[in-house]
Amino acid sequence: MGKVHVKMTVNGQEMETLAEPRELLIHVLREQFGMKGPHIGCETSHCGACTIDMDGKSVKACTVFAVQAESADITTIEGIGTPDNLHVLQAMFREHHGLQCGYCTPGMITRAYRLLQENPDPTEEEVRFGMAGNLCRCTGYQNIVKAIMAAAAEMNAAKEAAQ
Amino acid sequence: MNEMTPPKAERAAALKGLGTSRRRVEDVRFTQGKGNYIDDVNLPGMLFGDFVRSPYAHARVKSINPEAALAHPGVLAVLTAKDLEPLNLHWMPTLAGDKQMVLADGKVLFQGQEVAFVVATDRYAAADGVDLVEVEYEELPVLVDPMKAELPDAPVLREDIADAKEGAHGPRRHPNHIFTWEQGDKDATEAVLAEADVVAEEMVYYHRTHPCPLETCGCVASMDKVNGKLTLWGTFQAPHVVRTVASLLSGIAEHNIRVISPDIGGGFGNKVGVYPGYVCSIVASIVTGKPVKWVEDRMENLMSTAFARDYWMTGRIAATKDGKITGLWCHTTADHGAFDACADPTKFPAGFMNICTGSYDIQTAYLAVDGIYTNKAPGGVAYRCSFRVTEAAYFIERMIEVLAIKLGMDSAELRAKNFIKKEQFPYRSALGWEYDSGDYHTAWEKALKAVDYEGLRKKQAEQLEAFKRGETRKLMGIGLTHFTEIVGAGPVKNCDILGMGMFDSCEIRIHPTGSAIARLGTISQGQGHATTFAQILATETGIPADDITVEEGDTDTAPYGLGTYGSRSTPVAGAATAMAGRKIRAKAQMIAAYLLEVHDDDVEWDVDRFAVKGAPERFKTMKEIAYAAYNQAIPGVEPGLEAVSYYDPPNMTYPFGAYICVLDIDVDTGTADIRQFYALDDCGTRINPLIIEGQVHGGLTEALAIAMGQEIAYDEIGNVKTGTLMDFFLPTAWETPNYITDFTETPSPHHPIGAKGVGESPNVGGVPCFSNAVNDAFRAFGLTHTHMPHDHWRIWKTANQLGLHD
Repeated sequence: MGKVHVKMTVNGQEMETLAEPRELLIHVLREQFGMKGPHIGCETSHCGACTIDMDGKSVKACTVFAVQAESADITTIEGIGTPDNLHVLQAMFREHHGLQCGYCTPGMITRAYRLLQENPDPTEEEVRFGMAGNLCRCTGYQNIVKAIMAAAAEMNAAKEAAQ
Repeated sequence: MNEMTPPKAERAAALKGLGTSRRRVEDVRFTQGKGNYIDDVNLPGMLFGDFVRSPYAHARVKSINPEAALAHPGVLAVLTAKDLEPLNLHWMPTLAGDKQMVLADGKVLFQGQEVAFVVATDRYAAADGVDLVEVEYEELPVLVDPMKAELPDAPVLREDIADAKEGAHGPRRHPNHIFTWEQGDKDATEAVLAEADVVAEEMVYYHRTHPCPLETCGCVASMDKVNGKLTLWGTFQAPHVVRTVASLLSGIAEHNIRVISPDIGGGFGNKVGVYPGYVCSIVASIVTGKPVKWVEDRMENLMSTAFARDYWMTGRIAATKDGKITGLWCHTTADHGAFDACADPTKFPAGFMNICTGSYDIQTAYLAVDGIYTNKAPGGVAYRCSFRVTEAAYFIERMIEVLAIKLGMDSAELRAKNFIKKEQFPYRSALGWEYDSGDYHTAWEKALKAVDYEGLRKKQAEQLEAFKRGETRKLMGIGLTHFTEIVGAGPVKNCDILGMGMFDSCEIRIHPTGSAIARLGTISQGQGHATTFAQILATETGIPADDITVEEGDTDTAPYGLGTYGSRSTPVAGAATAMAGRKIRAKAQMIAAYLLEVHDDDVEWDVDRFAVKGAPERFKTMKEIAYAAYNQAIPGVEPGLEAVSYYDPPNMTYPFGAYICVLDIDVDTGTADIRQFYALDDCGTRINPLIIEGQVHGGLTEALAIAMGQEIAYDEIGNVKTGTLMDFFLPTAWETPNYITDFTETPSPHHPIGAKGVGESPNVGGVPCFSNAVNDAFRAFGLTHTHMPHDHWRIWKTANQLGLHD
């Protein structure tokens, strides 16, 4: 099958490649661009392990063709924090034991990253509803919710302090 | 005490040893997307394998034509049973003493069975190839219902062993019958039942479900023909066993095989078995000379690898009028699917189902299990469970409720009346186990008090009255469970997998500067071994947990072990870790005594050092001792500071717990809202309370899924009706409640640190607890028992059958 040229911004960097029109974005991100943080759990957009941020929205990269991401601005877990400067969500997931096997974690944090921009001060119910597109088999969500609430509180406190 | 020496408590806290809610070391990389899971393993020139699978549950394979597939760009090979036969790899042994087709050999026996393996340059070309392989089938009659397996018109499934009168577990009475396993005293139990004041009877079906970890199963096989070495990365819960099996099957010497389990995205039993994908990948790598990756998709995962449960349990429980249980009888029909691939220790064809007397002092009991073949996927793994303990716990905890109804008694009282008493431990059960320790009454009273049980029953009665007056359409249900688990398989004398005794191991190397690396025969799939095993060692050796690296999963470096499942890591490998730590300490004592110029017996252990008895200001820290081990010639002591321990546990461990669930059922919609869930766990000595709590939350959520909707369902011609996450229920954050966790601490008397294991308790106890709550909501309307899963439709149907919509 013929390949087409696609380019996109991934974690602030211009990336380009040749991809078959049927090739899924998750495969291009993981196998061509080396962003192995987003995982594949179902390939039917139920589990959310592949969640990325695309043009300001949470998107499940297993049900998007790479060609649909032409010119898109994409953030994956690799672009959310750095080893020397972790995002608050990354720190809070660890602090509150919001992960076990770690397979859902990149998608969870990437979704929570967008959720807290959509709604910077969510109630527990809003967090639970807003995270319902991301499945976790290990934690029972209680500590994930706790971590996201704690991250929101910390981010809001930092914002207030800056004002 | 030396003025410079911090107080004992401060030094102990700095170690982050036993009992510390230490934050997990694994999380640093996982939160940054830097885990290394099987699909992250990519090698130069790597090929992809993909399966042609059977659309039929039972059919003859008339022909397989790979020509069109082979003509497709990128497709390099199509393997069928014919290609594997010369290597004698078209069939493979199962963990249960049966054998299983690797690729369809003349017929297929379940929908989704592996028929051909397409190898291509990338995953898309492989998928194209799968579509292009032409297979001609001739459909055969399908057997889905195990109760019909031995009827005269039942189709014979396993023609390969149709005439075999003996199976791996004794006589077979029919071609579709696998084994009969009997435990306890049949005659005595029947006599007790015949004479009892009260006998309650029920058939309790624990439906088929699936562990469904978020990461599916997969592997990368790489045969290096230059060196003759095979490296196999994979989602293996037991990497050493995989190495031995791979060697026995392939004929490649074991030292030429290296098996690596990288990070595993959840296992829950799904990744214990050996699957055709692994065998085909190895063969494909040998044939092509290139690395071959195979990773199943979600539908393949749900359809073909490792289901769980599917036990039809008929029970009779006898008691005196005032509620003293006198006998328990159970017959189970076990649907094992097309091949008996249950993952159980060899001598236990129905796992530890004979723990079904539960937490109760039942003097007379009998259990019989009949294993049956059907046209369903093979498996029968312990889904977050220690070998059928979930089935046993569900059975006894439902039977207690059924008996309570028959007696007109409160089931909390019935339980308390029959618990094994604290002073009866170690307790020998009627079905042959020796329970190590327990204090059930204390846990039970604590739980009832924590939820104000009497108050709850009052509220329930008030809500029932309001319901009858038409003021609400919701019924309140209170679910109680007191479970006893049996984990930590197991003593080599009676536990083995494919002949390998179920010991486990730990090897420690202390570095000259006083930090360390420990390697174990287990493999974490989210349990946090890198964190908790370092804590055990910190307490045992006085080296801070932060200075200890824990490594697992590479058979070239880790000592031989039987892997992680059945809550065995802490009871077995955790014990090996403590014992290896003690060997380090014993040698350290000799070194310290030499350095301090006193006799070995004149120094004593003090948190992180050895000090001279009666002169605590004279001491050598572990750091100093470690350095001395490498830089001084000590008479009579070998240089270095290393130890290895292979631990054969003298007994299983028996964690227990008391769970209470309160829910509201809407009789018109069939929904059940969890109002409250209280979980008290006693897992003996607690290593890391934070991780224990996380395990309980997760296990309860898996229990919620199983009890309230999750199932692998088949239609009458063997089609899987629940092959995607659209149909197979995994709870989201939205329908999962918050849980209240609590504990008591009754150490195991035979485990070096008294730990028992906890990972599976919440699933074992959670399922009956949710189910009991649903049943309890309808108790006032005459319901004795209704089967799981309690999805909205089934709850609505129950309400309808009870006339609540009239």
